[in-house]
Amino acid sequence: MELNGSQILIEELKAAGIEMAFGIPGGAIMPFYDELMKSDFPHILTRHEQGAAHMADGYARVSGKVAIVVTTSGPGATNLITGLANAQMDSVPLIAITGQVATNMIGTDAFQEADMYGCSIPVTKFNWLIKDVNEIQHVTREAIRVATTGRPGPVLIDFPKDIQITKTEYTPRESAESPLPAIREYPELDTEGIDKLLEAIERAKRPVIIGGAGIIKSGASTELVKFAKAAGIPVINTLLGLGGFPGTDDLFLGMPGMHGTAYANFALCECDLLINLGARFDDRVTGKVSSFCPNATIAHVDIDDAEIDKRVHTHIPILGNVRDVLIALNERLTPRDYDEWRQTWTDWKENYPLQYDWDGSIKPQYVIDQIQEITEGNGIYVTGVGQHQMWAAQFIRFNEPKTWVTSGGLGTMGFGLPAAIGAKFARPEKDVWLIDGDGSFAMTLVELATAATYNVPVKVAILNNAYLGMVRQWQELFFEKRYSHSHYPENPDFAAIAEGYGVKGINVTDVNEVRNSLETAAEHDGPVVLNFLVNKEENVWPMVPAGAGNDEMQLAPPSREAKS
Amino acid sequence: MPRNSKDDTHTIAVLVENKFGVLAKVASLFSARGYNIDSLCVGVTQDPSVSRITLVTRGDEKVLEQIRKHLSKLIDTFKVMDMGESDSVEREMILIKISAPKAARPEIFQIIDVFRGRVVDVSTDTITVEVTGDEGKIHAILNLLQPFGIKEIARTGKVALTRGAKTLKGAKN
Repeated sequence: MELNGSQILIEELKAAGIEMAFGIPGGAIMPFYDELMKSDFPHILTRHEQGAAHMADGYARVSGKVAIVVTTSGPGATNLITGLANAQMDSVPLIAITGQVATNMIGTDAFQEADMYGCSIPVTKFNWLIKDVNEIQHVTREAIRVATTGRPGPVLIDFPKDIQITKTEYTPRESAESPLPAIREYPELDTEGIDKLLEAIERAKRPVIIGGAGIIKSGASTELVKFAKAAGIPVINTLLGLGGFPGTDDLFLGMPGMHGTAYANFALCECDLLINLGARFDDRVTGKVSSFCPNATIAHVDIDDAEIDKRVHTHIPILGNVRDVLIALNERLTPRDYDEWRQTWTDWKENYPLQYDWDGSIKPQYVIDQIQEITEGNGIYVTGVGQHQMWAAQFIRFNEPKTWVTSGGLGTMGFGLPAAIGAKFARPEKDVWLIDGDGSFAMTLVELATAATYNVPVKVAILNNAYLGMVRQWQELFFEKRYSHSHYPENPDFAAIAEGYGVKGINVTDVNEVRNSLETAAEHDGPVVLNFLVNKEENVWPMVPAGAGNDEMQLAPPSREAKS
Repeated sequence: MPRNSKDDTHTIAVLVENKFGVLAKVASLFSARGYNIDSLCVGVTQDPSVSRITLVTRGDEKVLEQIRKHLSKLIDTFKVMDMGESDSVEREMILIKISAPKAARPEIFQIIDVFRGRVVDVSTDTITVEVTGDEGKIHAILNLLQPFGIKEIARTGKVALTRGAKTLKGAKN
């Protein structure tokens, strides 16, 4: 049959089971949008292209499914850059389809022309500029394959306007041959590495597991629980690994690094075997590399060869899919326990718990605690970036994977609201809570209009301290309290703004109203914005200063009285 | 040999898809990590769908390992090889325009002869010579011609092949 370029692309997406689009039309993508409508392809119209990218990102993180992001050429396309970079850093699959000026106009500085192929090279896993309608079938299949296999990531297809309407003969094919050889989807199981790791476990006296995003992405949670319990080894989850191991389990030590738990960092400093399962030794985790796990044999399982030995020297490198490796380990592991070591880290957990003091003001940690309580850890929790994000990571105890959506590597403020909307589209049966800061929230709050239009009942809790809180914290600690341009004294009335968008908005100023307001939000049939005016100068503790080793961690001032 | 002598210079050969944008991706990989490319040479192979990039870069073992892994990770890449890891021949061609007044010409011709260079252009004041060889040879003739006045040079960048029957096969077939 004869189809035009747009129709072929849509046919290929549908054939691959892709059934969600986020985007905004414009001149150079109008023929494609025309076909989207004719084919009834589900599409969410956003208010900004960055929002569309973050929605697809949130959607993918909780569902494991890939969505497309559609924009016009030029500014519509360049607005995606942050969203692509964010997805690239956190290995999240999404497919961006950007309109481009007609092929005979490319390179002439045409109206709304931007070199998206060039712009997106560093922020995508791979990209294409379609120059011939006959490439579309192949390119679309490759795009889906590249985005979703191996270490996942965002891809971009730049789609010139004339090719969108050019017709060609189209034959749906069962499987398209691929000339692209380099995608190592599932490396062969490294049995030699697994042998070495099992021997190291035999020898170890103080082993620790650190589980990263690889646990979530490869679906290895069940295997991880089995492994950790049989081996009696405590588990640390990185920021992106949270949810990979049950937060309420005795073996769970929380998050490591800059704002990790004291006991996670103690364990890293004292361990003699570190088993890294799908984490990439980010600088926020390791602190100063030379004092990271100084006495440990380091094993690193990763699907991406380029991550192994990148920052931390690895004694036992295992290239592979984390889940496959864990299955192999579980088959051969002899159950054991490390009694003395267990006593040590159990004492640490007892003696150095996460805590915050209680002074009558609304403490941000308290709000998060209350959200945790009313959802019983069964919600989906989304954040922006900053102090609120760290508190959420510290205080929420996740019951299952893919219920935590946060911008890790890129640290993208403004990620929260659109990501929460995307998450809710993916898992409508789940309660989706966005824990955000006033700085982060203001960056993309225009997507409240999207939440209102489609009646997406996300619950937003703004922990509003009228500061760029993490910047303020660093200024307090490292710049002698010179609060250079980190203060928003004239913050808008976020509840009024929400109402303006047709979203229920509530300002909360009294600590005694926190619980009630959260319950009201939970029961409301629709999106809600709760604007909590929290303690302005609360800091995130513990903290490892930037560039310091994890052994230089500062605990919260011990004089403060703990509210347990 | 191309594990070049004194410093941490490496000659890396990469087989890639022969299509637009691939070179930009290779270059982007280097610029994104702050690695420098000393020389770069790209040409099509006996298989017209495959290009061979030969690049010379510098770095310690750790940096080289990252370069090798990231080049391998590029989806357009078929094969990556550090030419220093096996015995290989490497060549570079250089064109040199030298100022050559009549009186100096006999001496210049003598030098060119010793280096088995070829004179490819002559004008009243200048001679242009073509020389092919490894880095050491190119360096040596440039040194010797320096005193006469080098007006302009153009270098191809290094190309390299492994010795013997061994080839850098792409995973394409």
